[in-house]
Amino acid sequence: MNSIILLSVLGLGNLFLGFRRSNRLLLPVMMLILGGILTVNFLDWGSTQSFFNGMLTIDNFSVAFTGIVLLTALVLIPFSQKYVLDGEANLAEYYSLLLFSLVGAIMLVSYNHLLMLFLGIEILSVAMYVLAGSDKRNLRSNEAALKYFLMGAFFTGILLFGMALLYGATGTFVLSEISFAVQNPAPGFESLKPMLYIGMLLMLIGIGFKVSAAPFHFWTPDVYEGTPTFFAAFMSTIVKTAGFAAFLKLLVQAFPAANAQGIWLPTLTAMCVLTLLIGNVGAVAQTSIKRMLAYSSISHAGYLLIALVAYNGQLEGASANGILFYSLAYSVATVAAFGVVKLVADARQREDYNGLNGLAKTNPLLAFSLTVSMLSLAGIPLTGGFFGKFFVFSAAVENGYIGLVVFAVVMSMVSIYYYLRPIIAMYMRDTDATTNEVVPVTTFQAGALLLLAALTVLLGVLPGLVAGVL
Amino acid sequence: MLTVLLLLWPVAAALLLHFFKGRAARVPALGAALVEFALAAYAALTFNANNSGQFSFNLNWIPSAGIHFAVGMDGLSLLLVLLTAVLVPVILLSAFRRNFENESVFYALVLFMQTGLIGVFTAQDAFLFYFMWEVALIPIYFLAGVWGGVNRARVTFKFFLYTIIGSLFMLAGFVYLYFQTGPSADGLSAHNSALASFYALNLTADTQMWVFWLIFAAFAVKMPIFPFHTWQPDTYTEAPAPATMLLSGIMLKMGIYGCMRWLLPVVPMGVDYWQNLVLILAIIGIIYGAIIAIRQQDVKRLIAYSSLSHVGLMIAGVFSLTQMGLQGASIQMLAHGVNVVGMFFIADAIERRTGTRNIADLGGLTRKAPVLTVCFLVLLLGTVALPLTNGFVGEFLLLAGVYQFNHWMGAVAGVTIILGAVYLLRMFQRVMLGPDSSFTETFTDLTGSELALLVPLIVLVFWIGLFPNTFLHLSEGSVMNILNEVVKR
Repeated sequence: MNSIILLSVLGLGNLFLGFRRSNRLLLPVMMLILGGILTVNFLDWGSTQSFFNGMLTIDNFSVAFTGIVLLTALVLIPFSQKYVLDGEANLAEYYSLLLFSLVGAIMLVSYNHLLMLFLGIEILSVAMYVLAGSDKRNLRSNEAALKYFLMGAFFTGILLFGMALLYGATGTFVLSEISFAVQNPAPGFESLKPMLYIGMLLMLIGIGFKVSAAPFHFWTPDVYEGTPTFFAAFMSTIVKTAGFAAFLKLLVQAFPAANAQGIWLPTLTAMCVLTLLIGNVGAVAQTSIKRMLAYSSISHAGYLLIALVAYNGQLEGASANGILFYSLAYSVATVAAFGVVKLVADARQREDYNGLNGLAKTNPLLAFSLTVSMLSLAGIPLTGGFFGKFFVFSAAVENGYIGLVVFAVVMSMVSIYYYLRPIIAMYMRDTDATTNEVVPVTTFQAGALLLLAALTVLLGVLPGLVAGVL
Repeated sequence: MLTVLLLLWPVAAALLLHFFKGRAARVPALGAALVEFALAAYAALTFNANNSGQFSFNLNWIPSAGIHFAVGMDGLSLLLVLLTAVLVPVILLSAFRRNFENESVFYALVLFMQTGLIGVFTAQDAFLFYFMWEVALIPIYFLAGVWGGVNRARVTFKFFLYTIIGSLFMLAGFVYLYFQTGPSADGLSAHNSALASFYALNLTADTQMWVFWLIFAAFAVKMPIFPFHTWQPDTYTEAPAPATMLLSGIMLKMGIYGCMRWLLPVVPMGVDYWQNLVLILAIIGIIYGAIIAIRQQDVKRLIAYSSLSHVGLMIAGVFSLTQMGLQGASIQMLAHGVNVVGMFFIADAIERRTGTRNIADLGGLTRKAPVLTVCFLVLLLGTVALPLTNGFVGEFLLLAGVYQFNHWMGAVAGVTIILGAVYLLRMFQRVMLGPDSSFTETFTDLTGSELALLVPLIVLVFWIGLFPNTFLHLSEGSVMNILNEVVKR
């Protein structure tokens, strides 16, 4: 709760700093704010507190996921350096919107009441709609913002419709009460069942859109490509982490009953298979790294869906631990990937694979960092991504989803193809006229990239640090 | 604890190496590898051949999943650790001959890979084994991909894809077996992945039949066994000489070691079921490799195919499930490691001097370089398995083992010695004897440091050939244990 208050207040404070046009001051201030809130967040570890008449619950689950979200934001901030130097950019507004969107993310990981879920999604999304279009003179950015907004508004409507139907069927918005109503049907509930099921499915669709699960993923490549890379990284990490935590909470706390599971489990399994297929096969065909990363983020939504499918009835079991570890490893690797891609694209004005040619010679640090990140996303051992996949897959095998895991393993074999391409370009291709200059990197950025690479390797060598904390 | 030191030292040295730039990294890198050799030698001297697992270390790595960082050495592990510790300094020394870009990174990757290799040979936990298996792959991919020949990107990509897909199958097999095990000793997890738990599993014959292929896929690609070998000649040819030596000298032993440690005793009934098929594939590999080697014009490719042929015999020996076959494979792993590294070094020495590896372009080196000729001949005769050399002991035991299992297979596999002599002596004749060519006019003999590199290898050729018991004695206990596990069920 402290983190929500601090984020809101400091977000407002940040706006006032903007009046002084002291962009250079803002970046360190932001990092201090986020670092401080990250520390404050972990003070709540081990306790369970309720707020707003039980509409929000802060427990270990929410603290852990809030930690990932805040950490991601903290290491992402240094890559906004370009805006610091660009006098025209409204840096204070961007930062404030980011802080506000984090409030939404925290609500998503700690809601207990569907109203809070809706508010969280909206706070998060509205900030993202604006930020997607923040490069206002760029047609692509405008296109991305419009697409994201139109589609987002549409799917928010579907989500809301689902909630309304649920309310109609169960008479409540509280997760535990919905679960109770489904498990202990009141007289006349039978006739309301279609309403319940349709409501549930509409909610799955609404959240599925936010985490870019197929077949509701169509916006992802276009939006990521047009959105300024810095904010695209934000979308693909923070929105996804918070979205999956919310997804898990919804399924585990509201619909654990066998009859409800009978509806959402096959739906979710089908979405999972489709997401894995579209994400991985789609990524193979891309020529732009940003689009590849967009499809890659779809495919990782697929792996995370496996953990949802394999959940074993408790919020704090193998599934939650799998999602926690996976989101952390994925966020860390993805921030590094977007960070490097952004730096290279800013300097070389190219976003295709060949733009990375010879990066190992000009910028060994960037090349190394992107390599670690690609290996982690591909799930190669020695990186966090391997153990992320390992925990998710073993949770699924334990619950008998062997066929699904086999399919996911085959898909991750496919993914090695496109994750190796940047590595090949950086280390094995020669530079040409557009790629032989050193890409400028600031100290903060270098530090963030080193930290991310170290975290990825740490997660890959000592996974026990995070695995099983929930 | 000594095993942990053996594992940590190379990776620590690799990290420290970043403080040296370019050529300045040579001496520290070699020094680090020699320290590692001293550690391994100390382990060998204090090793008690009558006991099984020694120098063990066990740390609860991922408590919530029952996965332990468990390492230890028995005789078989020790042999391969020794092989790694001997060959890595030699390989580093051979790299000094060439001027690489970013030398310090190159040597750091070699040392890093050493940790992975030793980890594979000492792991006592299935997931640690898989982890180390991949740790060894990443550096070699970059070694071959960054410093390799013209087609390196395409060729190493194929190599990486093949091996990683193979090892993902192995991982799937391990995960399946993991869920069949009982709770871990500390009770924190419902399952555990210790080697001993895998040995103690009670699986039905039907299950073992398909789990066999999951696990064997990784080893089959790595060794490689026909028809999973297509990555090998290209990769050996395109990779820079030190990487080729690592691949052929040490890395392919991971596959054979893996079969002995993680396949035979874990799914014995599966092995029993597929034994004939694997033996037939191995023997096809022997003949196929040899016949293609006869037709090769490129020295490096020729050695690559010869390696395919020799590995086939080792696989056949392992799958004969006889004591002689397994003992033969153990000692032949050492012998082949020594010989193939020496041969690749000489091929590299010739290429550096003449700029070509094409057999047709070479000739008459004997007169220009008598020392090189002698060294080459010794290593070549070791590979051909002439008595008194290291190859003889191994191939004799291997063939005896295969013969014991099936006379006909033994007879066909024996062709390897004849064909081996044909392609190797033919290469020797065309490269070293005959008239000079325009490429070899200014050929110079081996330098002192090149000789210093080859002398330990030649000493080993004769040592293993004359006193094989030094090494056979070490692995005997482990081989008996493995066979007991297989027979028990």
